[in-house]
Amino acid sequence: MRSLILRTAARLLLPLLLLFSVFLLIRGHNEPGGGFAAGLVASAAFALHAFAEGLPQTRRMIRVDPISLLGAGLLVTAAGGVAGVLAGQPFLTGQWVSLAPVGLGHVDIGTPVVFDVGVYLVVVGAVLTIIFTIMEEA
Amino acid sequence: MTVAVLSGFVLALAAPWLVRATGRAAGWVTALLPLALTVYFGSLLGQIGAGDALNVTHSWIPALGMQFSLYLDGLGLLFALLICGIGTLIFIYSGGYLPNDPHLGRFLSMLLLFMGAMLGLVLADNVIVLFVFWELTSISSYFLIGFQHSRPEARAAALQALLVTGVGGVALLLGVLLLGQVGGSLELSTLLGRGNEIRAHPLYLPILVLVLLGAFTKSAQVPFHFWLPAAMEAPTPVSAYLHSATMVKAGVYLLARMSPILGGTDPWVALVTTVGAVTMLAGGTLALLRTDLKQILAYTTVAALGTLTMLLGMGTADAARACMTFLLAHAFYKGALFLGAGSLEHGAGSRDVDHLGGLWRTMPLTTAAAGLAALALAGFGPVLSFIGKELLLEAVLAQSPTRALLAPAVLAGSALSVAAAAIVGLRPFAGTRPDELSDAQEAPASLWLGPVVLAAGGVVLGLRPEILAEPIVTASAASVLTRREVADLALWHGPNPALAFSGASLVLGLLVYRAWPTIRRSAAARTWWLSWGGPSRWYELGLQALSWLAESQTRLLQSGYLRLYLIMILITANGLAAYALLARVRWQPIVLQPAVQLHDAFIGALILLGALAAAGSASRLGAVAALGVVGAGISLVYISFGAPDLAMTQFLVEAFTVILLVLAFYHLPRFARLSGRTARLRDVVIAGVSGTLVAALVLLTTTARRDSRIAEYFAEHSVAAAHGRNIVNVILVDFRSLDTLGEITVLATAAIGVYVLLRLRPEKGSTP
Repeated sequence: MRSLILRTAARLLLPLLLLFSVFLLIRGHNEPGGGFAAGLVASAAFALHAFAEGLPQTRRMIRVDPISLLGAGLLVTAAGGVAGVLAGQPFLTGQWVSLAPVGLGHVDIGTPVVFDVGVYLVVVGAVLTIIFTIMEEA
Repeated sequence: MTVAVLSGFVLALAAPWLVRATGRAAGWVTALLPLALTVYFGSLLGQIGAGDALNVTHSWIPALGMQFSLYLDGLGLLFALLICGIGTLIFIYSGGYLPNDPHLGRFLSMLLLFMGAMLGLVLADNVIVLFVFWELTSISSYFLIGFQHSRPEARAAALQALLVTGVGGVALLLGVLLLGQVGGSLELSTLLGRGNEIRAHPLYLPILVLVLLGAFTKSAQVPFHFWLPAAMEAPTPVSAYLHSATMVKAGVYLLARMSPILGGTDPWVALVTTVGAVTMLAGGTLALLRTDLKQILAYTTVAALGTLTMLLGMGTADAARACMTFLLAHAFYKGALFLGAGSLEHGAGSRDVDHLGGLWRTMPLTTAAAGLAALALAGFGPVLSFIGKELLLEAVLAQSPTRALLAPAVLAGSALSVAAAAIVGLRPFAGTRPDELSDAQEAPASLWLGPVVLAAGGVVLGLRPEILAEPIVTASAASVLTRREVADLALWHGPNPALAFSGASLVLGLLVYRAWPTIRRSAAARTWWLSWGGPSRWYELGLQALSWLAESQTRLLQSGYLRLYLIMILITANGLAAYALLARVRWQPIVLQPAVQLHDAFIGALILLGALAAAGSASRLGAVAALGVVGAGISLVYISFGAPDLAMTQFLVEAFTVILLVLAFYHLPRFARLSGRTARLRDVVIAGVSGTLVAALVLLTTTARRDSRIAEYFAEHSVAAAHGRNIVNVILVDFRSLDTLGEITVLATAAIGVYVLLRLRPEKGSTP
């Protein structure tokens, strides 16, 4: 079942949805959003692509096996937590750096952002693992 | 010191990439880390040898008063040097032993993980830290025994080792927790000074039994010895490293460490000495009933561990010195013998002494190393283990009350060692070479380096004990005795009773060796009861009972119907919540705040309608759409109460429900009304009660929590402490990030579960 409408829409929506998911991820600390919701949006984008183009195409496009995203995500969250230990504080204590890049004003970057990226990866990995596995069984 | 302990773990993470980058040299490259650590610990020898101790403390969980603390004294240093020094050779050997294995990276990674865990174990000051590393060594041992995981025997052996040592680990945890309570501290360095109070405490006996259980399972003492020979399924470097030189000695380490705290009492002496002596004799005897080199060596390791345990049980100064000397010597010669057996397998293709012979011409280096090491196993010649054995005999002969029992036991144990040494040292190399071994060849450098260095090391230490062996033995024996006495090690002690005993054991041993073929034949007929009623049989029966229990309760609870699971979960949860509500909560008038608005009522009605429509729907699509209405309604509630994050997530989850449904649509059976009238009535009641209960809970918590400060706390501290204005997200990634970490771990596990369930369905006709 290859629908031209779905394929065209998916081609346009994929980058938009992915951008949106990154947007949600980054703004999450201050506005509605965050790693979990952003991860769901990104997974939706890939799922849509898989529906439109077929799973092999999507797998080729993503290149990494979603199941390895699970481990990568967990490692990233753990790394965000270990930063606190390295600074002599308990595991998972947030560490922050204030940056003032030209033209962007004042930006705070901290390990909770890293942590959220890990959450994002785990969510994408989990949802895509489940969806792809079911699709391949179908 | 902290860096030294953690470096193994860090390199373990990087090992697979390292192997890919360095290829055939991977073993040599990874060996650099243990080499560097050996140099580091070696440089501390002067300071520690003079009676000093190093102590490092990091705060770990300050809220619970838990510290990550390390403590390095003579005993810790002896073990650290063994772990890193032998580790260096093992890593080089592994690179040559598994050169073309696609999983070499994984193997080295686990080996590094083990090394880090073992270092942590022997350097830990806090007993909880010690326990964590103790378990890590068990887990890495599990992985390494089961490394060739496609073989069922390897898997079974790995599981057996894990379960036996795991049970001991739990006992140890209980024991050290009690010990911490009784002694008033979790730090070993503090507890060491409180031995008298602890020994006088009424809980002393339970603590002793629990700790001993941990030590005996780990160090393969009778009746837990059976896992060690089975663990020989592991690749040879693992057997040499974990199951002879280091990990199995963790139990001995624990006994030595606990000697000043728990030792010296009648129960200690009786239990530890007896178990040790019995293990020594059992190991020595069983070794003679095997023909596989690794099996023979495994049983002689059991015997050696028994000897060490027995010495620690005796608790005299002589015994402590003998124990440390023998421990050092054993690590050298047994490591050499295991690695030599691996080289033989590599070069000649077999490990069975019945199929080997006459290899001294083709494999001269391996022969030399194995010959020297076998001499050490027998306890003769200019080697450290000769000193160790003389000290052992002196210690046993000097102790008057138990001499009558222990002296014959030690004599028999030494004689059995001599016989085993003759089997492994002579059989494969002497005599004529069988025809099938004509293409045997000497092993490559990485494979003969380990055995040669270890065997030569035993000789050097024996010839010049004052350089290295004496300071280490003095320092480590001082930790056991809590007083410093210089160990005067020398090869020649002059003619004394110990020497006479040695001579007798040599003669006896050689007689046993001559009679070996006869012994094996008659023993084969007489040891049938071992497989019928021996300890490993108990283990099997225990496992069977466990799976029977699991099966019967599974049949009882797991119907396989989703609706029954749901009912069970709901009834349990509701029952517990209702009990708490009725029995524990003080009821108060419920105030709705803020008051219900018109649109809230509208959304509520929508959700209710959706639920009713879903229950009454005649088609699957209709039911799904109606459930969608419920989900959307809940999102609207979130929005109306100012929680856009939750609303967004809820909407996304709804979307994925649809996607998953579409995927599963073709596989579902035809939609049908399966439940009759009574079943529906039951479902209505359960659903109604659950909904009412949850509503009551929510109302009650909002009413009771009105004066709680938690929401204000988060609102106030969100920007200041966590640099974020979105409180929901700040809670998720900062204030409560540990919860989130747990949740995403569960998510990942669930995804892997789905993957496994769908992918690994058993083939038709095969049993799962």
